[in-house]
Amino acid sequence: MNTQMKQVFSRPDSLKDVQTHFCPGCQHGTIHRLVAEAMDHFAIKDKTIGIASVGCSVFLYDYFDIDVIEAPHGRAPAVATGAKRVHPERVVFAYQGDGDLAAIGTSEIIHAANRGEQLTIIFVNNTTYGMTGGQMAPTTLPGQVTSTSPTGRDVASQGYPMKMAELIGSLDGCSYSARVAVDSPKHVIQAAKAMRKAFEVQINGAGFAFLEVLSTCPTNWGMSPLAANKRVGEEMIPYFPLGTYKDNSAV
Amino acid sequence: MTKRLFVKGNEAVAMGALEAGCRYYFGYPITPQSDVPEYIARHLPALGGQFIQAESEIASINMLLGAAACGARAMTSSSSPGISLKQEGISYMAGSECPGLIVNVCRSGPGLGGIDASQADYFQAVKGGGHGGYHIIVLAPDSVQEMYDLAMLAFDLSDRYRIPAMLLADAVIGQMKEGLVAHKYVPPADLAEKTWALTEKCNSGKRKVVKSLRLGDGEMEAHNNNLHARYAEMAQREVRYEGLHLDDAELVLTAFGSCARIAKTALRLAREQGMKVGMLRPVTLFPFPAAPLREHCATARKVLCFELNNGQMVDDVRLALPDKEVAFYGRAPGAGSLPTPEEFLAQIRTHYEA
Ligand SMILES: Cc1ncc(C[n+]2csc(CCOP(=O)(O)OP(=O)(O)O)c2C)c(N)n1
Ligand code: SF4
Repeated sequence: MNTQMKQVFSRPDSLKDVQTHFCPGCQHGTIHRLVAEAMDHFAIKDKTIGIASVGCSVFLYDYFDIDVIEAPHGRAPAVATGAKRVHPERVVFAYQGDGDLAAIGTSEIIHAANRGEQLTIIFVNNTTYGMTGGQMAPTTLPGQVTSTSPTGRDVASQGYPMKMAELIGSLDGCSYSARVAVDSPKHVIQAAKAMRKAFEVQINGAGFAFLEVLSTCPTNWGMSPLAANKRVGEEMIPYFPLGTYKDNSAV
Repeated sequence: MTKRLFVKGNEAVAMGALEAGCRYYFGYPITPQSDVPEYIARHLPALGGQFIQAESEIASINMLLGAAACGARAMTSSSSPGISLKQEGISYMAGSECPGLIVNVCRSGPGLGGIDASQADYFQAVKGGGHGGYHIIVLAPDSVQEMYDLAMLAFDLSDRYRIPAMLLADAVIGQMKEGLVAHKYVPPADLAEKTWALTEKCNSGKRKVVKSLRLGDGEMEAHNNNLHARYAEMAQREVRYEGLHLDDAELVLTAFGSCARIAKTALRLAREQGMKVGMLRPVTLFPFPAAPLREHCATARKVLCFELNNGQMVDDVRLALPDKEVAFYGRAPGAGSLPTPEEFLAQIRTHYEA
């Protein structure tokens, strides 16, 4: 018997060896891993700056083995702009939730994209405000019950879910925009590829890259991890179609 | 570089900042400060710097936060309504100990207010402005020359203490033209390297995190104590003020910025008429020159505080001088209603003779 077993799966080097605070079944952890794998792939952890936003992902400085600047709620793309302009040779990414990016921070994300800043933005869409206890988000689906839409989101008075990957992709300054999910092995493999692409665009100096990742919030959805994962495929993907919305990154 | 120039205050502050090594500017247009970004947009690219006209004052202060965290000398400028929008970002800068320069060419308010000179933002500037019980360094130039000089000092103090610094000017100081000697910037010998900041090179080993969130037991309290210890140290070491005729003064005037210019003329007229009047002009509004004020007012009968508002700095004067009679005269001027030296002189006479 061969005792020299080859290790085929391990913690990415860009992640610290610590336990996260995420709830069971929360996909922030999976998405963190994909970000870390992309950094490992390009061997850039020593030159990467992460911008932490306000939401359940605020502690990313405890999880990623990289330099981090914390931004106020919604302002990560502006903080990232300041950082990247000072250190253009470093790789700068922001990691933002849907309340952070698509509500309070719409102005900052649109203008950073429109200026074509050399940044990578990871946008985690879980259709709710996780950290503050499951209030309605701009991405909450029609009819979805949240703590501030107790009878379900009424589009007549509360508007429609915002499709950020499409919106950002429509801007001339944006080089790459895509939406992925991590609810199945197939989708995770696609997501990992898109994640690498989102970093590669910046590394090649090809412009602004935006990656929307559909995610779960079992705690605030009031679902088991499995049911929450199922909801991504059954309810979210039909409203938020996966795919690449913009790819001008070829040089 | 000792040639004498004739420039606007807003240009002087921009020139002083660039001479002090500021290479990043983030701002949004607003009267009466737009000549600051306009000057910088013309001159920064040639110096290898970056100028961004941001989508809002909120974005510009957060770009400043990002640049400051990366160790750069960087600035923003605005006027009152825009400064209100920046307050969240200033609070984050204070909380995450990011130095940087914020120029407020103050206009009259509240709301959209007017575009004329006003000192209505004194409280906002020196008492913290945003949430969380912090202070920032506040400097109040009263001339075009000081717009230049204090821009440099603001960067030095801000870097030394890791506290954001504000230059509080107004439409008079920003828009008037005066002589300027544009001298060379000499960095203070004791200014430490920013070892806490994110560096340009790859980071191998020690990770750097610039943040304001502090959730650990006792962490927040310790941080606040640390910030307040630095404020106390600045009060010991960094107060700056101008004293005029203080040796024999029976009545001491206090005023800052453009209001001090009016008061200086009134002071000269009072002296010509034989009144023993002196003046102490705070240059640092935070740290406030409370100790020098106490010292110089020890033998004075009375203090008279002039301001272009309904009475704000006078609170700090009274706190500094609990046993003195401190009178106040001021108006919150709008268009065409700036006080005259004669108006101040009449007040000086009334209080001098009383
Ligand atoms: C200015 C401001 N407003 C509100 C909050 C409260 N707040 C914290 S996190 C959050 C929303 C987080 O939701 P999301 O961005 O969707 O991220 P998630 O927690 O779901 O990952 C809000 C509103 C804040 N911190 N600052
Ligand atoms: S509250 Fe929701 S988003 Fe936050 S960690 Fe828990 S499951 Fe994840």
